[in-house]
Amino acid sequence: MRAWLLKTGLCAAMALGVALPAEAQAPKRGGVLNYMIAADGGPSLDGHKETTYAVLHATAPFYSTLIRVNPENPSSTTDFICDLCTEMPRPTDGGLTFTFKIRRGVKFHDGSPLDAHDVAVSWRRIVFPPEGVSSAREAAYPMVDKIEDADDTTVIFKLKFPTLSFMPALADPWAFIYSRKVLEKDQHFYERNIMGSGPFKYDSYEIGQAMHGVRNPDYYHTGQPYLDGFNAIFAPKQQTRVDAIRADRATLEFRGMSPSARDQLVKELGDQVSIQESDWNCGNVFTPNHKRKPFDDVRVRKALFMAVDQWKGAEALRKIAIVRTVGGLVFPGSPFAATKEELIHFPGYATDIEKSRAEARRLLKEAGAEGLTVEMLNRNVDQPYIIVGTWLVDEFRKIGVTVKQNIVPTGPWLDKMRAGDFDLAMEANCQMVVNPIADSGRYLPHDIYKENFAYHDDPKQVEIYNKMVRETDPAKARVLMRAYENQVINVGAHQLPTLWFYRILPIRSYMKGWKISNSHYLNQNLANIWLDR
Amino acid sequence: MSATLAADAPDPRRTFWQSTLRFCKREPLGTFGLLLVIIMALTGFSAEWLAPYNPTANDFGAMTEPPSLEHLLGTDQFGRDLMSRIIYGARTALIVGLTSAVFGGFSGLVLGVASAYFGGKIDLIVQRLSDIVMAFPLIIMALAVVAIFGPGVQNVILAITIPLIPRCSRVVRASALTIRSMPYVDAARACGFGHTRIILRHMVPNVMAPFLIMVTSFVGQAILAEASLSYLGLGVQEPVPAWGLMLQGGAEEYASTAPWIAIFPGVAIMLAVLGINLFGDAMRDALDPKLRER
Repeated sequence: MRAWLLKTGLCAAMALGVALPAEAQAPKRGGVLNYMIAADGGPSLDGHKETTYAVLHATAPFYSTLIRVNPENPSSTTDFICDLCTEMPRPTDGGLTFTFKIRRGVKFHDGSPLDAHDVAVSWRRIVFPPEGVSSAREAAYPMVDKIEDADDTTVIFKLKFPTLSFMPALADPWAFIYSRKVLEKDQHFYERNIMGSGPFKYDSYEIGQAMHGVRNPDYYHTGQPYLDGFNAIFAPKQQTRVDAIRADRATLEFRGMSPSARDQLVKELGDQVSIQESDWNCGNVFTPNHKRKPFDDVRVRKALFMAVDQWKGAEALRKIAIVRTVGGLVFPGSPFAATKEELIHFPGYATDIEKSRAEARRLLKEAGAEGLTVEMLNRNVDQPYIIVGTWLVDEFRKIGVTVKQNIVPTGPWLDKMRAGDFDLAMEANCQMVVNPIADSGRYLPHDIYKENFAYHDDPKQVEIYNKMVRETDPAKARVLMRAYENQVINVGAHQLPTLWFYRILPIRSYMKGWKISNSHYLNQNLANIWLDR
Repeated sequence: MSATLAADAPDPRRTFWQSTLRFCKREPLGTFGLLLVIIMALTGFSAEWLAPYNPTANDFGAMTEPPSLEHLLGTDQFGRDLMSRIIYGARTALIVGLTSAVFGGFSGLVLGVASAYFGGKIDLIVQRLSDIVMAFPLIIMALAVVAIFGPGVQNVILAITIPLIPRCSRVVRASALTIRSMPYVDAARACGFGHTRIILRHMVPNVMAPFLIMVTSFVGQAILAEASLSYLGLGVQEPVPAWGLMLQGGAEEYASTAPWIAIFPGVAIMLAVLGINLFGDAMRDALDPKLRER
């Protein structure tokens, strides 16, 4: 299995990142990094609860994690290193026990010491959230049985079953380590406040406008961070961000820009801008609300999927948006991903689109939903939400369904989805380290994965997932993944994954030390960034 | 005074067409404005017949195409025909502009006349509320309303209507205050007529001149406000064809490589507002006795 994992990791790493070679220069100290965030602020500041980069890009520099993906090799699916731990553990007990030793002398920004109890409490909050606490990634850890804090420096993860997906899931960049004492007083403190132990200390936050951080002189990775501070500026419109980089008001944005934005900046700035590109473990998901009529009828959901010509859409939209690849539930670069031959049998992937749309119209008629007029909730982020949403609206028109977009800021968008207050929604499936089995857990019913907004029930789907997560033979796990995918997209028509993203980052050339990865969630604590000017 | 009154009196011998012809001769710029408004209105109302393509239909084979015989004004990044979108956009502009102006104007008329007629505490409360609303520029107030109620055509109309109400009410009140003390209003009161009758039959007709001028200028302001809100992503939403919306997103991104995406909707907004403003100015000149003498 180790050999298979290594091979998979190497293949994925080769397929994914197109990062620049490491700079030979010694890092320079000082300077403030200004970067843009392609959104207008998230609903809260709690990394355990939230799922949007709008929160992560603004808060990750303030926090530590137990382990992390190697910032020097961030596209790797197997290269994990310690952040708060002292050494990466070898599993014992037949792959059921992972024992982590925690660094001594680490301090929270308020000066209080950080120990194994803080780590364990934070992880228990993620895996077994207490009553009234929402953990967005709870469903990613069905394998975890117990998290023990044996003493001040030891945290032990005990698993129910050995699995391929545990270690990548543990390198979750959202798994901020919070102060146990603070959580004991108020489990919701971190929704409105920031107090971590990361490379930067909180300075100020103008809600929905900008986040400001200053260097943490007590940071435990000696010498880091190199920057004196950062200003993270929210701007949902791509052109605002392009203008900011062009005028050197900002150095970069960490999410991704469209090909035309890249070309525009390269043309105007020449060698003052460098480009990093990568495939992206992220894609939009079209979600009908199963609690709303007529989307409680599988025929209507399937008809909507069948209207979409993903193959033609990918070809065209890749020119104007940050999307590129047609795929199923799994990141297309992964060995677990479906091939085109496997996908074309699903609604939404037909190569004969006219036949597919004719069938869609028949299903709508059969379901008594002809001439349907509905609203689709979308996020006011142009790349690619509005572009993909606008494309889908026209695809639905071709089967006689009129869809109006309700485009709202990130906060209300998430709030409405969490409240089930929508007919159709354009959301996203953005993951971290490519971890196909755990990543596909986001399609599990809402009862299990709280951030699934289809609000469906499907015991068969859950049964397949539970088998898959326990399967240690990659070939058998892949077969189960196909069955799971069939259940989500075809049998239940619960949600339709649309085009997978492609990450393009124009960066001012003076920014050094940072490498792109296949996820805009990874490598975001800014500790290794320095400015060469 | 008597000469002025004689000049003000409507000439019973003049027909509508003669009055129109006279207006055209005396106000050539206003006539040009009126022409633009008529063209815009006709375009908006007959969009289905005039537009060569479906304004929301993507054509991936014709993305960002420059103006050509096939697409007279070119296409946008989705391959949508710009001319069709501009034609349908006139309808959106008219719906938002006219509805906001008419609702805002009439609400302002009722409030302004009532405020002047009743005076006292009613006047005080209405005027202070107007002060509060008018303290914010129209677009800021509209932004606040959209932020509360959300985007969409109906909410945009509401967002633009609310700040227009006190603007109209203030002007109407000023005219109504002078009328309130006129002998014929006192006479109506002495005859025992009710408030509604006095307001509607005796006061409102006499504030119609400033009211009509205000409403005309409101149409232009409302079109501009709708375009601004849509440009900011708070107005009507994709793929609805609307001029302001056409100026955001693709228009900005492709400004250097496909400038027609930004130029044509910009020209449409400019012509519409110019036309309405020229017509409004001419109406003011025609209806204001002092200016009419010149």
